[in-house]
Amino acid sequence: MLIYRQKLITRITHWIWAICLFFLMLTGLQIFNAHPTLYIGQESGFEYDNAVLAIGAREGADGLQGVVQVFGQTFDTTGVLGVSDGEVRAFPAALTIPSYTSLATGRTIHFFFAWLLVGTLTVWVIASILNGHVRQLIPNLADLRGLPRDIADHARLRFHHTASYNVLQKLAYGSVLFVALPLMIATGLTMSPSFNATAPWLLDVFQGRQTARTIHFITMIALIGFFGVHMLMILAAGPLNELRSIITGWYRTDDAQTDPKDARHD
Amino acid sequence: MIDRRKLLLGGAALALSGCKVLDDAAGDSALHKLFASAENLTMASQRLLSPNALAPTFEPSDIRQGQRPNGSVNADSPEYLSMAAAGFEPYQLRITGLVERPQSISYGALRNMPQQSQITRHDCVEGWSCIAKWTGTPLSAVLNEAKPKLTARYAVFHCFDAIERGLSGEVFYYESIDLIDAYHPQTILAYGLNDAALPIAHGAPIRLRVERQLGYKQTKFIHTIELTDSLLPYGAGKGSYWADRGYEWYAGI
Repeated sequence: MLIYRQKLITRITHWIWAICLFFLMLTGLQIFNAHPTLYIGQESGFEYDNAVLAIGAREGADGLQGVVQVFGQTFDTTGVLGVSDGEVRAFPAALTIPSYTSLATGRTIHFFFAWLLVGTLTVWVIASILNGHVRQLIPNLADLRGLPRDIADHARLRFHHTASYNVLQKLAYGSVLFVALPLMIATGLTMSPSFNATAPWLLDVFQGRQTARTIHFITMIALIGFFGVHMLMILAAGPLNELRSIITGWYRTDDAQTDPKDARHD
Repeated sequence: MIDRRKLLLGGAALALSGCKVLDDAAGDSALHKLFASAENLTMASQRLLSPNALAPTFEPSDIRQGQRPNGSVNADSPEYLSMAAAGFEPYQLRITGLVERPQSISYGALRNMPQQSQITRHDCVEGWSCIAKWTGTPLSAVLNEAKPKLTARYAVFHCFDAIERGLSGEVFYYESIDLIDAYHPQTILAYGLNDAALPIAHGAPIRLRVERQLGYKQTKFIHTIELTDSLLPYGAGKGSYWADRGYEWYAGI
């Protein structure tokens, strides 16, 4: 049965976020490249060590060598991280916007899309509370009871196409929208010296500006992880049907499994 | 039928070329102007949210290392070098422009003005931070001596350090803040760092501390503060060396 599953506002905000996150990530890596070390604490240790991740370059036997240091472990990443195309830069040109080194341009584009993301989230939150979409994203008790089965079904790539989201979808989308994106915004604001004056308590919440920067980076990695799984699930669950529903709103459900109360034609 | 491998390769190529699309989004392009328009929103929000709020301060125990020098770490004009050799005693800070009483304040006189210390975090635009204790004279006290005219809106800082040397000559560092930040209670002309005289690497004899902004606003090697109603005459028109090179003039984030 073909049902109208995604409202216009859900589809528009989805695609604006997709664009925002693409540019935010690639300009974020440009900004990261300006000082490719992450620390824990209020400040960056130059005379002591509070770094948890550092991407750098050193003189190796065969010329420049890219190295990544994570929690004291060193990895050779020549060609990708630290050194790429014979140039010393943490993330390679293919992963930064602009492709050449320009912290100023990276920042300008980053903050433009940060505003767009915040604006779109605000519109989405208000609209989704009003139209009931928020409720569709929060797992209920029955969902949680069905969680083990849903995990088993996903593991076997056995998908049920129903009008409502399954519990893993709810958990995944819910944690992006209610946890990861707010965390990105909050840690981003914690890095702002001006916003530190406005809301100094954020420094207490995140235990310092440099820790906030590290959490910002880790959350970015988590969002990439979500994106990867999101793409795999679309491919596995039927890409045409999934894409149609997020573009036109219309989604084909498995007739047998559709609960009549979910098949709303609004 | 489209080969799936080719499709994937095509997608990857598209993603790679996607990264280069915005390579033109610098300088004066329309695209850059669109992106940069968000900077006005950023500054307006920051002003709205914290017109007078104070930057967080830290405890002496939070100073775990020396302040990291950055940007210009010396100035080398003959005038500057001879002053440095004399312990900056001949130094005179000039206050000029839209003021009722232009000033020339000696290094000694400046240190006899009201003194203030604060332990704050210095945030470089690159991403690192460093906590240090800064001691100096509130900029408001210095400006009050000079009595800014009602038309004055900005304080422009002229510096001894040549940040750039090219065929067309030297570019001396210049930076500016508006009078809202100039009169902020934590805005000081610092002559002390971590309980010692401000070292040359940190902009001796005086540098600005404007605590709610990034490192490039913390102007070093200041010799003249000029009050003005417009930033257009300075540098390329933004009244700030780095703002003229694509960075935000209001560096609050």
